[in-house]
Amino acid sequence: MGLLSDPSRRKVLTGLLTRLNTPICIVCYLAGIVWFMGLAFEPFTLRTYMSENAMGSTMVLLRGAIMMLVCFCSGMPVEWLVKAMQSRGLEVFTQSFSRKLPFPDENKERYMVRGTNVYGILRAPRAPRTEALVISAPCSPGDSNNQAVGLLLALAQYFRNQVYWAKDIIFLVNEHDLMGTQAWLEAYHHTNITGMEYSPLQGRAGSIQAALSLELSSDVITSLDLILEGLNGQLPNLDLANLFYAFCQKLGVLCTIQGKLQRNDWDTAEGYTHAAQTMMLMVLKQACGRSWGDHGLFLRYHIEAASVRGINSFRHYKTDAATIGRLLEGMVRKLNNLLERLHQSYFFYLLPSLSRFVSIGCYMLAFGLLVVILLLRALDLWVHLGAPALAAPSGPGVLTVLTPVVISHLTGVALYLLPVHLQEMAVEHFPVSETEAVVLTAVAIYTAGLALPHNTQRLLSGEGTEQGWKVLKLTALLYLAVLLGCTALINFSLGFILAVTLVPITASMTPHMPKALSALVMVLLSPAFTVLYCVFIYQELIEAPVSVSEGWMLFLSVISQGILDHALYGSLVYPLLALFIYPCWLMFWNILFWS
Amino acid sequence: MAAPLTLLLIVAVTIRAVLFRSSWAELISERVEVVSPLNAWKRVVEGLALLDLGVSPYSGDVFHETPFMIYLFHFVVDYAEIVFMVTDGITAVALYLSIQTYNKNVFRKQKYALESDRYPADCLELLRSPKEMFYIPLKVAMFYLLNPFTILSCVAKSTCGLNNAIIALFILCTLKGSALLSGILLALATYQSIYPLTLFAPALLFFLQRLYIPVNLRRSSFWFFTLQYAFIYVGSLVVITGLSFFLLGSWDFIPSVYGFIFSVPDLTPNIGLFWYFFAEMFEHFRLFFICVFQINVFFYTIPLSIKLKEHPVFLIFMQIAIISIFKSYPTVGDVALYMAFLPAWSHLYRFLRNIFLVSCVLLACSALFPVLWHLWIYAGSANSNFYYAITLLFNFGQVKSLNLISHFT
Repeated sequence: MGLLSDPSRRKVLTGLLTRLNTPICIVCYLAGIVWFMGLAFEPFTLRTYMSENAMGSTMVLLRGAIMMLVCFCSGMPVEWLVKAMQSRGLEVFTQSFSRKLPFPDENKERYMVRGTNVYGILRAPRAPRTEALVISAPCSPGDSNNQAVGLLLALAQYFRNQVYWAKDIIFLVNEHDLMGTQAWLEAYHHTNITGMEYSPLQGRAGSIQAALSLELSSDVITSLDLILEGLNGQLPNLDLANLFYAFCQKLGVLCTIQGKLQRNDWDTAEGYTHAAQTMMLMVLKQACGRSWGDHGLFLRYHIEAASVRGINSFRHYKTDAATIGRLLEGMVRKLNNLLERLHQSYFFYLLPSLSRFVSIGCYMLAFGLLVVILLLRALDLWVHLGAPALAAPSGPGVLTVLTPVVISHLTGVALYLLPVHLQEMAVEHFPVSETEAVVLTAVAIYTAGLALPHNTQRLLSGEGTEQGWKVLKLTALLYLAVLLGCTALINFSLGFILAVTLVPITASMTPHMPKALSALVMVLLSPAFTVLYCVFIYQELIEAPVSVSEGWMLFLSVISQGILDHALYGSLVYPLLALFIYPCWLMFWNILFWS
Repeated sequence: MAAPLTLLLIVAVTIRAVLFRSSWAELISERVEVVSPLNAWKRVVEGLALLDLGVSPYSGDVFHETPFMIYLFHFVVDYAEIVFMVTDGITAVALYLSIQTYNKNVFRKQKYALESDRYPADCLELLRSPKEMFYIPLKVAMFYLLNPFTILSCVAKSTCGLNNAIIALFILCTLKGSALLSGILLALATYQSIYPLTLFAPALLFFLQRLYIPVNLRRSSFWFFTLQYAFIYVGSLVVITGLSFFLLGSWDFIPSVYGFIFSVPDLTPNIGLFWYFFAEMFEHFRLFFICVFQINVFFYTIPLSIKLKEHPVFLIFMQIAIISIFKSYPTVGDVALYMAFLPAWSHLYRFLRNIFLVSCVLLACSALFPVLWHLWIYAGSANSNFYYAITLLFNFGQVKSLNLISHFT
C-alpha cells in the first residue's frame, strides 16, 4: 500500500476525499440507479444458453398421446386419488400433516390446518433407485387447480408405459399448497425446521434432482407462465428456465414470464419499458422473500425447481392439453438425462425477458456503487474524527454511543417478538381480530420507536457532544454497509431496494440539518414506507393499480403474510427488517435528534 | 481495581450463561469458524465415551486431544459449562495481572530514562502517565472477556479456551519473573498444541533482560541461564509426556495429536489457510507443502527475535498472533487471545495509519463467513472458492494489522 503509506500522498488523497465527498457520493448514487435501470436494455444483456452438457446434446422425440382427465377437487379426494394412482401402476402413499398458525391467515382463511398429501412413485424400470424427479400439483379446494391434477394423472399413465426412465418419478398432489409441500419435503429429508407436525413418509425414492410444479385452472390454455422466484429470493438454476423456454419454442407454445410476453423491439421506448417492467417485477417478487409457487420450497434442499402456470387470456391461438403434455414429457425426459444436479449455469440472475438474462457480475456493480457511498462517508467521518477515537474513547463517550445502539436493537427485538406474543391481550382489550391485532401491534411498535430519541436523551446524564454523534454515525454506517452487503449476497433484490431508500438518508443525516424536513424525509424513506411503495409499484406493474386505502390494506396484509411466512416456512425478510434494518434506521433517527 | 474487574467478570459470566441456556448454543458449537477437529466439544465427548468403554480414545481418528485433557474432563464433564466459564475468567485475570506488571515495569524504565534525560524533546508526548495506564489492564481483560469471538468460543465449549488459559498463565508467570513456573506452563502449552514452542525465545529474552544478562553468544552467563531455562522446559515436557504415557498406557496420543497437527489429514474448512490448498493438491507434492506451511509458522521466530530483542513482551504478542494466523487449525478463539493485548499499546494508535481499512476488512469478513458458508453448503449457489476468498481476506487483514502494529517498535 505504497500510496497509502507515503504521508504526503496520503494527505493529498484524504484531502481529495473530504473535499469531493458529497459530489462523489451523488455521482455514485445516480450511477448505481442508472446502471440498474440500464440492465434491462437489451444490448447490455446476454442471450440465454444451455450450459449443462447432458441437457443439450440429447434429442428427445415427443410422442405424447396424453388423454386429459378432468378432475374436480372439492377439498382433497384422498381415496379417489389413491385409487386413481394405483390403477395407473404407481406405488401410492399418503402423508398427513397439521399445523396451528401463529394467528389466522386472512388471505387464505385458515388457522388450524390439517391436510393430507398423496404421492405416487413411478419406479424406473431398469435403474438403481438412487435419484428421483418430482412433478407436483397443488390441490386446493374449489376448482382452482383441478386440471393440473388431471394432467398429472394422465402423465403418470403415459410415463408408466415408457422404458427410458433412469430416475424414479414422484407424482405429488399436496394439500394446502405451500404447507403441504413443506410437510412433504421436511418428511422426505428428515428435518423439522418449521415446527410442523407430520406423519413420516412410508415410501421414498432417492435423492431428488429436479422438480416441477403445475398450476392449471382451465383446460384451454393460451400461454404458460414460468415462475422462478423461491423462498428468500432463491432462484433455480438458469438452465431450468432455458430448458422450459426451449421446449416452448419448439412446440410453439406461448411462454411468458411475470405474465408478460416477450417483445422484439428493444430499440423503442415501449420495448425498453416492457423489459424494465419485467425485470422490476422479478426484483419485487424476489425481494419480498416469499415463495411464489410450490417450487420455491424445493430450492432450499438444493433441488432445482420451477412452477408452470397455465394462463387463459383471450387470444385466438389456444394450446390444448396434449401439447402441454408433450412439453412436460419433453422436459421430464431431458431432466431424466441429467448425470448430476444442475449446476453449470447461473444461480444468481435477473430476467428482463425469457431469452435474455443479467448475471450477478453485471448487477452487483449497481449495488456496489450504492454501498461505496456508505464507505466513503465513513472514511470521511474517520478523517474528521482524527485517528484514535476507535479503541479507547473515554468513559462517558462509550456510553453515549452504546446506549442508542442497545436501545435501537431492543426496539427491534420488541418489533420482532411482541406482535405475535401479545395478540391475545390485544384482542381482549380492542375490538379487532387476531390478524389485525398482530399487524397493528407491529405498526404501533414501529411508530413508538420514533419517539425514542427524546426519551433516551433525557436518560443520559451527559449531553451529546459533536464527537459523540460522529462516532455513532461511523458505527452505524459501517453496520449498515455490512448488513446490506450480506443481504445482497443472499437476496440481491432485497438488498438493492433497501439500499436505494436507506443510503441517501443515512449518508446525509447529521444533527445540523433542519429537523422537521429531515425527519419527514427520513420517515418517508424508512423501511416500512419502502415496503408500502413497493406494494404500490407492484400493483402498478401488474396493471392492477390500487387506490390509497386499498394500498394501505394491502400493505397490512403484506406485513401479516411476512410474519406468517417467517413462522411457517422460515422466510428471513421479516426478521431481517425487524431485528437489523429497523434498529439501524433508528440509530440514524437518533443521530438526527442528537442534541 | 478489584471491583471493576469483578463486575466485568460477572457481566461476562452472565452473557455466557444466557447463551448456554438458549437454543443458539447448539448452532454455535457446529460452526466451523469456532470449532476445529482439534478442539471440538463433540469430539471430547466421543473420546470420553470410548474411554468409558475401555477402548483407546484415539482409535477411529475422531479424538485429537491430549491425555491430560481427557482425564480432566473425565472428572468434570458434568460441569463442563462452568469449567469453560471459569477458564475464561482465569485467562482474563491472568491477562489483567500480566499487563499490570508489564505497565509497572514500563513505567519504572520510563522514570529512570526520564531522570537520566535520555528522551529527546519531541518524544515527551508519548510518555505515559500513571493515570492513563491505570485503566489499561481492565481494558485488556474487557477486550478478552467481551470479545464476541471469545464468547462464541466459550459457548461452543471449544477447548481452545483452555489452551488460551495456559498461555495466559504462562505470560503471567514470565512477567512475574518465575522461570520455573514459566517453563512448566510453557511445556504444558506446547504439550497441548505444538506451536507455543516458538514462545520459548521471547520468554528467554525476557528473563535475560530482567536478570540483566546481555544477549551475547560469547558470554558464559548467557549460556548458563539459557541452559537452565531449556532444562526446565524440556524436562517438564518430558515429564508431562511420560505422565501421559502412564495415564493411558500407550504412545497412541503422539501420532493422534502431534501427527494430526503436523500432517493435517482433516480438511474441514476453517478460517485458516491450509484446507483449500491441501484439498486440491496432488499427493506427491503433499509432503513438500506440509513442510513449507509448517516451517512458515516457526520461521518468523528468528528474524523477529533478532529485531525485537529489546521488547520481549511485544515479541510474545507478535508470536501469538503469528501462531493464530498460520497454524494448521485456527479458530476465532485463537484470534481473540492476541486481540486482547491491543489496549496495552493504545497510546501508539495515532501511528496506525491504515487501521480503519484493516478493521473494516476484518469486521466485514467476520460477518461474511456465515453468509458464504450458507450460500455454499445450504443454498448450493456458491462453492468453496467463495468461502476461501473470505478466509484469505480475513487472514490478509490479520497480517496487515500485524504489519501496522509492528510499526510500534
